[in-house]
Amino acid sequence: MDFTIKTMAEYAAEGKAPEVLFFVGCMGSFDDRAKKVTKALCKILHKVGVEFAVLGQEESCNGDPAKRAGNEFIFQMMALTNIEIMNAYEVKKIVTACPHCFNIIKNEYPGLGGNYEVMHHTQFLRKLMEEGRLKIEGGSFKGKKITFHDPCYLGRGNGEYEAPRQLLEKLDSELVEMKRCKSNGLCCGAGGAQMFKEPEKGDKDINIERTEEALAMKPNIIATGCPFCNTMLTDGVKHFNNSEVDVRDIAELLAEAEDL
Amino acid sequence: MEYIDNILFFVALVIGFGLFFKSLKEIYRNIQLGKEIDRSDQKPKRWETMARVAMGQSKMTKRPIAGILHVIVYVGFVIINIELLEIIIDGIFGTHRFLAGIMGDSFYSAFTATLEILALLVVIAVVLFFIRRNFYGIKRFQMKELFGWPKNDANWILIIEFALMMAFFTMNGSDWVLQQRAVFSAHGSFPISASIFAPVLQNLSDNGLILMERGAWWFHFLGILFFMNYLYYSKHLHIVLAFPNTWYAKLDPKGKFDNLDSVTKEIKLMMDPNADPYAAQPEADPNAVPEKFGASDIFDLNQVQLLNAYSCTECGRCTAVCPANMTGKKLSPRKIMMDTRDRMEEVGRNINKNGKFVDDGKKLLDDHIQREEVWACTTCNACVEACPVLIDPLSIIIEMRRFLVMEQSAAPQELNQMMTNVENNAAPWQYNQADRLKWATDN
Repeated sequence: MDFTIKTMAEYAAEGKAPEVLFFVGCMGSFDDRAKKVTKALCKILHKVGVEFAVLGQEESCNGDPAKRAGNEFIFQMMALTNIEIMNAYEVKKIVTACPHCFNIIKNEYPGLGGNYEVMHHTQFLRKLMEEGRLKIEGGSFKGKKITFHDPCYLGRGNGEYEAPRQLLEKLDSELVEMKRCKSNGLCCGAGGAQMFKEPEKGDKDINIERTEEALAMKPNIIATGCPFCNTMLTDGVKHFNNSEVDVRDIAELLAEAEDL
Repeated sequence: MEYIDNILFFVALVIGFGLFFKSLKEIYRNIQLGKEIDRSDQKPKRWETMARVAMGQSKMTKRPIAGILHVIVYVGFVIINIELLEIIIDGIFGTHRFLAGIMGDSFYSAFTATLEILALLVVIAVVLFFIRRNFYGIKRFQMKELFGWPKNDANWILIIEFALMMAFFTMNGSDWVLQQRAVFSAHGSFPISASIFAPVLQNLSDNGLILMERGAWWFHFLGILFFMNYLYYSKHLHIVLAFPNTWYAKLDPKGKFDNLDSVTKEIKLMMDPNADPYAAQPEADPNAVPEKFGASDIFDLNQVQLLNAYSCTECGRCTAVCPANMTGKKLSPRKIMMDTRDRMEEVGRNINKNGKFVDDGKKLLDDHIQREEVWACTTCNACVEACPVLIDPLSIIIEMRRFLVMEQSAAPQELNQMMTNVENNAAPWQYNQADRLKWATDN
């Protein structure tokens, strides 16, 4: 990247506060595929001129996988650590590219003393678009077919179905909906800590079922808004030896449209 | 002797309602076995939810065919209850078609005609439901958790409803023929029974018709009392409990899980640099029961979760959309609710027998719900979204995971590894926290 990512600590040292904290999350920080989404989002924010910071080494796992696996102790340890740090920096606004971070910080942190305005990156980008700060021209996507897979913790979990779609519509592409979409969307199979274990015995894996449905739409791109969904569907597409279909996060698509 | 009918009627009425209230009391007692939970906030929103979801059936129509048929049976049921009012008044006071005098003839005609048409629609709906359930091969009606009583129960409900409607038509048809013969005075309008049932009944004598009319009237009345008491043993209890169940439903976003307060205290103490680990412990209450994390039995679930179990009508819409279930895993959200109710009934019978609950060596977890089911859930909330009466099977699954992890340390090995990583490295993988910003500089 041709610019430096600043941390909250650096902003604090300058006696300033950024417009928004980008909570990167574990996937976004460590997973090679998800790191690309992290960078894409940073590039968009930088281009638009949004002053943002990350916690960097001061960030901890949000606690979601532990909590959904039933370990409230570890969840609260993580949550209270993050809250203590974010409150110390007087964080007001948070954006995150992971629906699991989004859900837990928005819904479960307030009960532990962490009150912030939390936005999923698609919500934040839509807001920037509505304010006229982000202009999207998706020339390179003209004639491409995109289908969007709703992440459970963004859609059913928090009722946000429109923000990702409104962004995708700006790409001049054809948005096709799978039969199971929005509130009927089918899980990618990774939530509830399933990402970290082998599935229970069954007939097939959930991500295969979902990928089959997505591929049946004959899309050029399967768009996601969650690093877990992204991994699961990428694995699914590989399972079918399909090299024509790309699984891409909406932030990546927007960055590509802007040639970033 | 001339009041014998009225007395018999009154006795049947008192016994019928008496037994029904006894069942309701038992249900109430069993729900009280759960932990208290405060769901008295946001009352206007709760009333609105109940009106929309339970009375308005807004979620039923998501599946249009079943939804519309269900609305017909529901509307029929509501209106038939007004007719029950007339039956009760007639039965106690020995009057005949009492409402005719109150409503006036033309309004009463409209009323009886509406009932007739609805009753016909109910018959059609019930027959279609029967065919659909038994011969149509809908997957959620063929699953193994429905084998035995649940399947028979569903059919009995349809058969009873059919029989009640037939009695209703026979009663009206006989009445109408008798009205034509001027044996009874003319009240009401009966488009269905006059055109379909009366032709058969025409051949009977006046006395035969009177017997028929009275017989059908009694059958209808006793049938309703029977059905009311059958509810307690049936999945059909939802016709009563759907209302409180939607009122007490969770209003928070579906993705929000509750935070355990008892854990917060521990963690805050642990993180407090000023806490003195050697400080004298405050005097503990010797009678206090140590707090249990999560749930292994119905006593650990909250009262709304237990109410949920009684409200479940086993339609299986939850299971039909469950990603784990549709890919062949053992988890079925419907079974979670059925198991919870079965266990609650088991405990209820235990209390009835012993006066209080005597440990029977059984638990909801393991004896009813298997661990494999609990671990297969992706917490995607599809089951919660699908339920027409806002039941939350996911919350029970999470409580069981909490029990397995925090009380028994019995998580699958890979999850233990993940949790250790989160605890030690603040990430679910074994990465160093110091490398968390590496993405910003690598290529």
